[in-house]
Amino acid sequence: MSASPGHGRSLRRGAIALALVAAAYELLARSGAFPPALLPTLPAVGRALWAGMVDGTLPGHAASTLYRVLAGMSLAVAAGVPLGILMGRFRAVESFILPLASALMPIPSLAWVPVFILWFGLGNGTAIGIVFYAALFPVLLNAWSGVRAVNPLWLRAAGAMGAGEAALFWKVIVPGAFPFLITGVRQAFLRAWIAVVGAEMLAASDWGLGWVIFDAKEFLRADVMLASLAVIGLIGFAFERLVFGTLERATVLRWGMVREGKG
Amino acid sequence: MTQATQAMAPLSPAAAPPRDARWRAIARTAFPFLVVGVLWEIVARAGIFHPRLFPSLEAVASQFVRLTVSGVLPHHAADTLLRLLVGFALAAAAGVAIGIVMGRSRLAEDVLLPPVSMAAPIPGIAYAPLFLLWFGPGSFSTVLLVGFVSAFPIVFNTWTGVKAVKEVWVRSAIAMGADDRRLFLKVVLPGALPYILTGLRLGLAQAWRVLVGVEMLAAVPWGLGWMIFGAREFLNTDVMLAGVVVIGAIGLALEKGVFQRLERYTVVRWGMMT
Repeated sequence: MSASPGHGRSLRRGAIALALVAAAYELLARSGAFPPALLPTLPAVGRALWAGMVDGTLPGHAASTLYRVLAGMSLAVAAGVPLGILMGRFRAVESFILPLASALMPIPSLAWVPVFILWFGLGNGTAIGIVFYAALFPVLLNAWSGVRAVNPLWLRAAGAMGAGEAALFWKVIVPGAFPFLITGVRQAFLRAWIAVVGAEMLAASDWGLGWVIFDAKEFLRADVMLASLAVIGLIGFAFERLVFGTLERATVLRWGMVREGKG
Repeated sequence: MTQATQAMAPLSPAAAPPRDARWRAIARTAFPFLVVGVLWEIVARAGIFHPRLFPSLEAVASQFVRLTVSGVLPHHAADTLLRLLVGFALAAAAGVAIGIVMGRSRLAEDVLLPPVSMAAPIPGIAYAPLFLLWFGPGSFSTVLLVGFVSAFPIVFNTWTGVKAVKEVWVRSAIAMGADDRRLFLKVVLPGALPYILTGLRLGLAQAWRVLVGVEMLAAVPWGLGWMIFGAREFLNTDVMLAGVVVIGAIGLALEKGVFQRLERYTVVRWGMMT
């Protein structure tokens, strides 16, 4: 798409389209057809965002949401990667875990929220548990496929060159499976990000971006809602682009496992 | 899921007679569930946790039977499925239409792509309070939200699919005198169909995930999401687990039953995919 002759025109049209959407929204909000509590003007949303930033509540909510996501995902990676690798290496583990994973996967993570609330109580425990559940399967399945996708030629070559079991594992299997692992963590983050917002709404603690949005409904603060939605979108986008993009560049691309696409 | 089924296949030894092999495959699949079930039962009966919080499988099963016979569970499931159907139908109609327009017209692409790609990365459930505030609690908001959220993958895949139709096909159809309508129905639509079906499949999965969550928030009178969330008040973990099983079964059925079959009837038959 980029660098084509019509690129500049596309950008211009896109900017005009966004401006038009914003203008139409602003007109609708100012027309008084809907109460301003439900349809706040864009400056009002901006003020809510600014106020949340200045008094530190919004960064605080974002921090507790991120804490839950990172804690749940770390647990998922700590459990999923070794289990996935074992599945890829040993047939017995594979035939034991795979049916269980296939049965659990179609259950949406939010369906576990009521159960987890009873088990872990309201607050961090439930949210972290839901994130763990949401993130586990992408990590597990990608680690498993990654190990299976390691070129057998490399294994034999390394074996022929006298690599021991440990060297084989750390120098061949882990780097070989790494592109899959990164994909797994990336997918896990997308799922975890959705799950944590839902879990925070339902398992109301008193911090977290999901909780803010849901709480704002009680006070008819649509401006706070829209501001928090923007923050949720931005953080998700930033993680996807910056964190995982950088991770990929720092590891897989450097090792020459995947090539960067042209353009 | 496809990875899982592929991996299941080589587990049955090819040398054994077919009936024996099939039984062995079933036994192998059942074995892990048996182990987990026994472990669950031991923990449940050991009295470490309160039976209301950690019910035995027997309690879950009897609750499931009781709810099914009394018609409560089918009613919840029927309402949920109806919402899913209506919401997904909205998403499919709007999503495919928008995607095709974006794929065919450069102007539409430039105008629609920025707003769509700005709204897409926000988790669907995060829009729920906004929809509830704007459209009031209840079924209407739920259906609308499900439609809104599941439209995104459909739009993106349809758009990609229409753009992926080979230029040679379009040009040769025009050279052979196809008018716009026939070009669309006979070339563009079948050519983009594999992508559209993928989009619909992703959209349905997304719709299902969001719906379960939204039903818990939206204060709907009936629905599986509400059933399991409402059971929290009375510490009915057995009702919750029975509901979770039904939710998982429906999710599996949607994926396996609906779309794989549809794919076989259309795309594979037309020779677009093998």
